[in-house]
Amino acid sequence: MANNIANKSSNISKVQGEEGTSLWKIGAKRLIKNKLAVFGIVVLSILIILSVLAPVITPYDRDETNLTNTYQKPSKEHWLGTDELGRDVFTRLIYGGRVSLSVGLVSTSISVIIGVLLGAIGGYYGKVVDNIIMRIVDIFMCFPFFIMAITIAAILGPSIWNVMIISGILSWPSIARIVRAEVMTVKEREFVEASKALGLTPIEIIFRHILPNVLAVVIVYTTLGIASGILSEAGLSFLGLGVKQPQPSWGNMLSAAQNLRSLRLHWWLWVPPGLLVFITILSINFLGDGLRDALDPKLKH
Amino acid sequence: MKQFIIRRLLIMIPVFIGISMIIFGLIHSTPGDPYITMLDPNITEADREAMLNSIGYYDPLPVKYIKWIERAIKGDLGYSIRYKEPVADVISRRIGNTLLLSVTALVLSVLIAVPLGIVSATKQYSVFDYVATILALIGLSIPAFFFALGLIKVLAFDLGIFPISGIETTGANYTGMKRVLDVLHHMALPIIVLTFVQTASLMRYTRSSMLEVIQQDYIRTAKAKGLSERVVIYKHALRNAMISIVTLISLSLGGLLSGAVLTETVFVWPGMGTLVYQAILNRDYPLVMAGTMLLALCVLFANLLADIMYAVVDPRIRYE
Repeated sequence: MANNIANKSSNISKVQGEEGTSLWKIGAKRLIKNKLAVFGIVVLSILIILSVLAPVITPYDRDETNLTNTYQKPSKEHWLGTDELGRDVFTRLIYGGRVSLSVGLVSTSISVIIGVLLGAIGGYYGKVVDNIIMRIVDIFMCFPFFIMAITIAAILGPSIWNVMIISGILSWPSIARIVRAEVMTVKEREFVEASKALGLTPIEIIFRHILPNVLAVVIVYTTLGIASGILSEAGLSFLGLGVKQPQPSWGNMLSAAQNLRSLRLHWWLWVPPGLLVFITILSINFLGDGLRDALDPKLKH
Repeated sequence: MKQFIIRRLLIMIPVFIGISMIIFGLIHSTPGDPYITMLDPNITEADREAMLNSIGYYDPLPVKYIKWIERAIKGDLGYSIRYKEPVADVISRRIGNTLLLSVTALVLSVLIAVPLGIVSATKQYSVFDYVATILALIGLSIPAFFFALGLIKVLAFDLGIFPISGIETTGANYTGMKRVLDVLHHMALPIIVLTFVQTASLMRYTRSSMLEVIQQDYIRTAKAKGLSERVVIYKHALRNAMISIVTLISLSLGGLLSGAVLTETVFVWPGMGTLVYQAILNRDYPLVMAGTMLLALCVLFANLLADIMYAVVDPRIRYE
């Protein structure tokens, strides 16, 4: 008898397991059908490969200066010319991709961790806890983002880690809000009641049973968050408050355009990094939209 | 309704205090002594200490904060270290310029984005919809300051159609109509940048909320009873879609005011963004504090406005 039940329940979990994967498979299938999303995946993959393989691709050293060869126009030797110190712009551009992409990833991870935790706690417990968390969210939502970022950057000093921290700490509230709303609806469902009846602790319920149901939304917003992380890096570094030279980033390469002469005459210094920021964010937006359509059944038309 | 607004205002108080405490704490933890350039270098160390003491430089942070709040409520925002005049005067000279840019950009983008979004939604999957959606995605993805730099390079430097920066021709001292035209000429590029970026998100939003409404049953009913497409779209569907659009418009006002820092910096536009940015670099504490608080307050009130508008246009929302 007991054996029988055990058999049955293992059958059930097997079936559920298959359904679980097939839901993601359906999502993946829908995603692949979306041309713009595929375009986004391809472009992002190329950019990631380029920046990871940077030392293999370019014959030049990242910081190799050549003061007899400054402000050279794009040529066969230097695909995107050279900068004010004679460094190869193409080389710095693909090395800069490492910085810009990792700033996007790390800062978003920070904001997702804070946002999901606080959002889930607020949504699950409700009442006073929720009220306090939501007031903190309100406070952060009122901060003029860029001015706060500049102020914190002025205190912490310019560095790649500080850019990640600033952007992460300032952008968690929107994720917290979304997760909270999702958790509030999920927690009313029967399986949560069942988990409570089984005597699971709130932490187990939140992490094992509620958050997996919120995952699709979190994935979509994480994707879009990476775009805003890259944008903040570009903006802060452009103003000289982000990633510091000689380490290249797309943002601090763009700051070459702060010099009016370079803005007018040396387009190869600032147009390529700007275009890469633009193309990266466009691809992320394509992918994010595709993911939303693929994973969020509520928005399916 | 009155109760709803009062309750919303009451919730704003702790939020406002929270914002001001965090900003105050942040600004006062910036390293360096901003008064060093202000004091006569010939005075003795003891005199210097005494002066710093008298202006409360050595007070503990909470005491400084309470002093600041007390004065700020009375309208005294302190004295700008760099401009050597009251902060309120400096800000009042600049805020108009920022409002000029952001309000114009907001109005233009509403005028462009809402009709585009409606047409895009009613002709979903058409060529028009496809082009508009792609353009909107480009607007969402392009860094505003990079777009601005591109416009300056092509339209100001290469073609010479627009001035490179500033708000008016320096030294020209135009008056009357000529001055207005001069300012408009200088405004064109920053307005193009801000409007394009703003239009992109507003258009996308209008499109998706129209799409959502159009699929509802009552629209099918309206069509089924023989109403023309025009009446169904503009009278029945748009009214409901407008609920969320209006909310987004008031929310984006706050974002526009505080988000124009980079655009203003690139165009050297003498607005709040460049003012606060310069003040941060110069460690002009009183000015940074007042400027940042003012921008945060604008966002706070824009959010309140959004909430109220939402309640006003949507009769389903109960205020209790």
